Amino acid sequence: MKAKVYVTLKKGVLDPQGKAVANALETMGYKEVKGLRIGKFIEIELDGASQKDGEKRVKEMCEKLLANTVVEDYRIEIV
Amino acid sequence: MKFGIIVFPGSNCDHDCYHAVKHVFGQNAEYIWHKETSLKGFDCIILPGGFSYGDYLRTGAIARFSPVMQEVAAFAKNGGLVMGICNGFQILTEAGLLPGVLMRNKTLKFICKNVNIRVENNQTVFTKAYQKNQVLNIPIAHADGNYFADRDTIKRLEDNNQIVFRYSDKDGKITEHANPNGSVNNIAAIINKTGNVLGAMPHPERVCESILGGEDGRMIFDGIIKNSQEAIGCR
Repeated sequence: MKAKVYVTLKKGVLDPQGKAVANALETMGYKEVKGLRIGKFIEIELDGASQKDGEKRVKEMCEKLLANTVVEDYRIEIV
Repeated sequence: MKFGIIVFPGSNCDHDCYHAVKHVFGQNAEYIWHKETSLKGFDCIILPGGFSYGDYLRTGAIARFSPVMQEVAAFAKNGGLVMGICNGFQILTEAGLLPGVLMRNKTLKFICKNVNIRVENNQTVFTKAYQKNQVLNIPIAHADGNYFADRDTIKRLEDNNQIVFRYSDKDGKITEHANPNGSVNNIAAIINKTGNVLGAMPHPERVCESILGGEDGRMIFDGIIKNSQEAIGCR
């Protein structure tokens, strides 16, 4: 069983890195880029636990370590 | 007075802190490995600068789960003095001992230079030897010093006088130009509500001797030591 965790900056939190990359794309001619935010993708391999319990524990991992919920949101996919 | 300097894997300003406390101020100082589980006998704990755990995931995110951090939290809760400098400040916010978070600098660059900061609150144990609005010249050296917190938290910090230093120009004016990293309201250092946990991005330990380029950081240590002597006098 695997968990995929997406950590993204909350709305309204400035993302200078995303802005710099968006500017670069624009300079390269990709004028359609209207906004760009950079986040993190974390893939976790899990053993044993049932899907429901697994998700609960991954949520715990996000709250405690994987995301800083002051400025970040997270989304979990169990596959 | 006995200072403890926590050493995480990747700390690199631990020796500077030790040198300042031990050799400049003549106090007892000991390194504390991050695996330690007791802070008995210490009067002040310093979390030094550096790149604990390689800054992996987020600055300070992994260090805050080092065994010693539980003791630091208990020490702080009992009123013990804790000072986090640079990476130490980042660890204190991750640990929830101070509010907010230190994000990537607005410029995306690692900034290593001297900046001016203004003393906003000189009523703390750490800053009582300074004058209010005094301007200090102190080095910063960080890539993630951009202080951020939600609007309510910032308001609370402002209302409770918990902002200790702000980035300013040499005349003490708080301007956008003087803000090196994009911190909200030019915040360079904050203190917790009970006044015993300080987090600062600038490095006072690097400016305690004129031979090293300045003495503007001295009075933080003077304040802490003087406070301890007064406390002993009261007993």
